[in-house]
Amino acid sequence: MTLDILAYAAFFLSMALTYAIICLGLNVQWGMTGLFNVGIAAFVAVGAYTSALLTTPPSPDRFGGFELPIFVGWLGAAITSGLLSWAVGALTIRLRSDYLAIATFGIAVTVQLCMLNLQPITGGAFGIGFIPRPFAVLQENALLFSLANFAVMAVVVLALYLALEHLAKSPWGRVLRAIREDEMAAQALGKGPIRFRLQAFTLGGAIMGLAGAAQAHFIGFIAPDNYMPILTFQVWAMLIVGGSGNNRGAIAGAILIWGLWALSAAAVSTFVPAEQQARAASLQIVAIGVGLCLMLLWRPRGLFGEVSPLTRLKSLRAAPSKE
Amino acid sequence: MNPQFIMDGLIAGAIIGLGAVGVTLTYSILRFSNFAHGELLSWGAYLALAVAGALGFLSAGLTKPIAPFSFGWALPISTVIAIGLTGLLALAVDALLFSSFRRRGSAIIIMVMASFGASLALRSLLEFLFTSRPAYFTKALQIAMKLGGGLRATPDQLLMLGVALVAVIIVHLLMTRTDIGRAMRAVSENPALASIAGIDVRRVIRTVWFLGAALACVAGIMSGLLIQIRPYLGHDLLLPLFAAAILGGIGSVPGAMLAGLIIGLCEALAVQAVGAEWRAAVSFVILIAVLLVRPRGLFGKAS
Repeated sequence: MTLDILAYAAFFLSMALTYAIICLGLNVQWGMTGLFNVGIAAFVAVGAYTSALLTTPPSPDRFGGFELPIFVGWLGAAITSGLLSWAVGALTIRLRSDYLAIATFGIAVTVQLCMLNLQPITGGAFGIGFIPRPFAVLQENALLFSLANFAVMAVVVLALYLALEHLAKSPWGRVLRAIREDEMAAQALGKGPIRFRLQAFTLGGAIMGLAGAAQAHFIGFIAPDNYMPILTFQVWAMLIVGGSGNNRGAIAGAILIWGLWALSAAAVSTFVPAEQQARAASLQIVAIGVGLCLMLLWRPRGLFGEVSPLTRLKSLRAAPSKE
Repeated sequence: MNPQFIMDGLIAGAIIGLGAVGVTLTYSILRFSNFAHGELLSWGAYLALAVAGALGFLSAGLTKPIAPFSFGWALPISTVIAIGLTGLLALAVDALLFSSFRRRGSAIIIMVMASFGASLALRSLLEFLFTSRPAYFTKALQIAMKLGGGLRATPDQLLMLGVALVAVIIVHLLMTRTDIGRAMRAVSENPALASIAGIDVRRVIRTVWFLGAALACVAGIMSGLLIQIRPYLGHDLLLPLFAAAILGGIGSVPGAMLAGLIIGLCEALAVQAVGAEWRAAVSFVILIAVLLVRPRGLFGKAS
């Protein structure tokens, strides 16, 4: 019994950590740079499908199935999603700030359409199965298998966290923060905001692609239903609750929101009669939407959010003048 | 090729155009792209459905179809009431959410994000209240009339095209000939200067919300009457709405309507040429093309 609980905990945490990876990617785009991405689901999906095509065994009814090692699939996923983000960013980052949001929304709709309709590549509505899972040899022993998978996720998240923390402290990260806080001043110091923003957007997209691949290999099966707009909302809620600009907050927010989501879903399925479950599930989504707005209104920096040096300075200066 | 796509495209385009006028007004005057605008279309349609249902309950005579249309007097009456209610909804969302961001001088992108959260909440609330099962204003079937040139249309469709035309003309006259219209254009040019010149900016903002919501309500009811009412009605139209607002040029009412018609026609053409499953990608392709070639749109001012 305790072993079952342990196995479930490992499964739950692994799933939460895949969201944490997406969240870290979004944090590079939003938290560090202030770029608004409404198409998270699309970048995750592109990563998942790329990796699936590269690593699955050949299948007669669709393209792909190259049986490459999982590692190559993950790398390919990060590269394709990165390229897609670069293309979207190159097109819109020099325009008004909300054109990027609109373009990413368009990407989400279009990728959804491609997943459903490009049957020879994506398998259509049925998706792709038989995606190789890491440590498949251990599959006999459920506990060992979940723990091994959890370890992989933990190592990936930890490595990403350390790399991103290092990046944030590097000159590159400082330029990004400078641009976010005061674009004009950064420009006056000779830092071209468009180039840095585009780099950050591409990096964030690549991380989301990697997350998609990690998730696909963890579950072993992907379908268009996994990448509905609700995924985008969930990840945003995770980052906003955890605190944008803070990598630890991004990871904590992912685990917290995924936990709340899983708990409330379990509550809905046990306490609500079957015919009312769809309605109860929509209330769950209302709660996410309202929560997102309340968080923006009351605590825009999240639970563990970074207090930017400029805001701190401004509030210090503003406080005495008010009295 | 079957010329019927022109009629289908005009009808879809009129719906998109009406919604896009609201998007372009909020964008140019409140200065953010409102992701919750699609939800105003869905709410407009459902509010009209609820009011029409209540009216039909009070008096069965109101549901008797007015020849040659498929609906009874309950629908026009409930449309007027629903326009008011949708306007109030938009004002309430503004008062609860967006006004406090404006007061604080938050970044534009925070407002965009809040609108994103609001759209999620509003849409799922509809799903909760009315379930995701499609609903209809009327169960009556209509026979399409021949219009010549291979075109066919039902009386409902022709009426809706007329309504859309009248609505756009009214908004255009309002923007160009009245005091509040001049005030709106002044705020969109320069809010600080406009308020110094004695324009009540808050009144302008309220007008924008009400106007945008009213048009969204009409568009939602059109879509509901001619196709069906679903909670995702507005969400599925959001990308075409944005594409039309940008193609027409932000701030241009005739531009948004014209761009809506262009997008509707392109969609209908694509349905015939490529297949209905790719319909939703049309607006994305147009959006990308506009951003590449002419980011300010057809009638937009260079920034």
